[in-house]
Amino acid sequence: MASSADETAKTAERVAAAATSGRSLAVRPLGVAAVVTVVLIAIALPFVMSGFRLFQFTQVLTYAIALLGLNLLTGYNGQFSLGHGAFYGIGAYTTAIMIDRWDIGYGWTVIAAGIVCLIVGFLFGRPALRLEGLYLALATFSLALAVPQILKYFEHWTGGSQGIVLSKPKAPFGLRLTEDQWLYYLTLGVAIVLFVVAWNLLRGRVGRAIVAIRDNHIAAEAMGIDNALYKSVVFGVSAAYTGVAGALSALAIAFVAPDSFNILLSITLLTGIVIGGFATISGAVYGALFVQFVPNWAQDISKAAPWAIFGVFLIVFMYVMPRGIAGFLHLVWIRLTASAVSREQGR
Amino acid sequence: MRLFTRFTALLLVGGLATLAGAGAAAAQTVVGVTATEIKIGNTNPYSGPASAYGTIGKVIGAYFKKVNDEGGVNGRKINYITLDDQYSPPKTVEMVRRLVEQDQVAALFQTLGTPPNSAIHKYVNQQKVPHLFVATGATKWNDPKNFPWTMGYQPNYQTEGRTYAAYVLKNVPDAKVGILYQNDDYGKDYLKGFEDGLGDTAKKLIVMKQSYEVTDPTIDSQIVNLKNSGANVFFNITIPKFAVQAIKKSNDIGWKPLHFLNNVSSSLGTVLKPAGVESSRGLITALYMKEITDPQWKNDKGFTEWVAFMKKYYPEGAIDQQENAFGYNVAILMTQVLKQCGNDLSRENIMKQAANVKDFELPLLLPGIKINTTPTDHAPIEQEQLAKFDGEKWALFGEVLDAVRK
Repeated sequence: MASSADETAKTAERVAAAATSGRSLAVRPLGVAAVVTVVLIAIALPFVMSGFRLFQFTQVLTYAIALLGLNLLTGYNGQFSLGHGAFYGIGAYTTAIMIDRWDIGYGWTVIAAGIVCLIVGFLFGRPALRLEGLYLALATFSLALAVPQILKYFEHWTGGSQGIVLSKPKAPFGLRLTEDQWLYYLTLGVAIVLFVVAWNLLRGRVGRAIVAIRDNHIAAEAMGIDNALYKSVVFGVSAAYTGVAGALSALAIAFVAPDSFNILLSITLLTGIVIGGFATISGAVYGALFVQFVPNWAQDISKAAPWAIFGVFLIVFMYVMPRGIAGFLHLVWIRLTASAVSREQGR
Repeated sequence: MRLFTRFTALLLVGGLATLAGAGAAAAQTVVGVTATEIKIGNTNPYSGPASAYGTIGKVIGAYFKKVNDEGGVNGRKINYITLDDQYSPPKTVEMVRRLVEQDQVAALFQTLGTPPNSAIHKYVNQQKVPHLFVATGATKWNDPKNFPWTMGYQPNYQTEGRTYAAYVLKNVPDAKVGILYQNDDYGKDYLKGFEDGLGDTAKKLIVMKQSYEVTDPTIDSQIVNLKNSGANVFFNITIPKFAVQAIKKSNDIGWKPLHFLNNVSSSLGTVLKPAGVESSRGLITALYMKEITDPQWKNDKGFTEWVAFMKKYYPEGAIDQQENAFGYNVAILMTQVLKQCGNDLSRENIMKQAANVKDFELPLLLPGIKINTTPTDHAPIEQEQLAKFDGEKWALFGEVLDAVRK
């Protein structure tokens, strides 16, 4: 059974490769160049930006990690979650409590936040297997509603609604960086690692299985994919990504409180993946830029009704770019390369 | 070529001037102040769950506009920059960092909410930015030793709780107290003050404590439980929405305790009238402000001036919303601090003057209540007076109580 699935997958890969080979030779190096350019710009940012702007971009990076996590689950695997703000909160509190209570090095706490959320996500994913589509969305919604109150209940650990105040980590090894610069680089490093891991995961056999479950779970099952296991593992990994993002945001903001992880956060994350580009990796970055900066612009445009302006932005984006920013850029890219190719052929 | 050199020279001069300007500014460390203006930063929840409070940020802006129209403070206009933080602490951090690092405000003023202010407490003190008259009743803002740049404004919840406890001990010999409180800092601060005030007798006197979450739809069952506990004193620690429910429900089920309503919900317009004036008769609260919906102030000078101000500068604001009076009062206090600063608007001096307000009266505080601060006392208002609702207005009784406890 497994070997036949391998066969099928291999065939599919060959077919896909054949279909794209026409472009891929010309496009791939350019794609790589684009990614390298973006990373280089990201590395250069701290030298040209003020502390405040850098803090905003640190937020963008943490959002990007969280959005990537949610996109793994919702975009690629087809499981809807309205509750990822809860994992973001759990990650943030894991870090805050470990630093505040036990004085553990913050680097370890970020890893711990990922592991805690992996376990919580996996355990939540098991029973949630029975729920599909909207029902799963509701179940996760309840998680997002419950977590802020649960946090208040365990006041001894979480500080109740008062929250926990942290200190910003200083740059290690005598690096001459400000706290903002160091946090930015830390977040950037974690983000790059997690993006590479996700890319690696999705482009291979595992990725195809994840997508196959989304597209047709009966067919996927028939091909020997263990739906239950895959779905709960994806849930866990997705939660882990979001938890790490929450942990990094707790470090950057140096404060956690239940009010920080309200239901709006979960909805913001979902907005981010749809605007950024459903089931795309780069979409996480675009979506993060959107959810970080567009509400601020909306406020600059109108103090009286910032959310109305934000709503207009949302509708315009959805209308102009129905497949998200990533889908739109991809389309533009294809047009450009296609016209280049046709020009070459014409000559 | 000639043109080019001239252009370069111009650039050089311009650059040098900028550098010199920056140097001068750094030397005097007068951030956010020019010869013609002073920048004041603020965050308020203009959207999100607490957006009802956003009107405070707006009325402050309206008052500063009035000050500017009348020539400003010592010749400088107040440039008031107010941003929406949605009552979400991460957003507050972002917005306050923008105000401090990008907009370069001279001081922060009336940032609203306990969690939002907690999130920036350490940051503003590290940056040494005056963090003045924060809009929250938590007790921790009065800690000048550890947080010398932060200052509260309104009487804190604990002292108010103690005021009610003192009344119970003195006037209700066979008290059996039932308490309803919101399960967060605000509720617990009141509760702590009340229990501290009762002292050793607290365990004996309090027969039941019930709590609710701010997200709960109703509190009916809590009220029924409290009635069944046999309590004859009810300390009602709820925000307006739940206060209305509590007053109505206890009346509906025929529970008539001695009912203390926390100051947070003492508005006639938003609480007592919706709950029904008959059901509200006999309620006791502690006040420090004039209740603007209370007819006894109809011809009061402070009140009529405020109404005229509202009509001219903030016509879209509601005349029956206490928050609009609150913001007006505190904006006047801020203006006073800036006046006291004279020509030295350095952050150090703004803080020094804020901690040096003496017997200053605000038009919408109760008569006899005065603002006093010192470098070791960052709690501007520490007086209150009890009042009983007589079916029409809050009838003040007793004397102005100094809530300061040593």
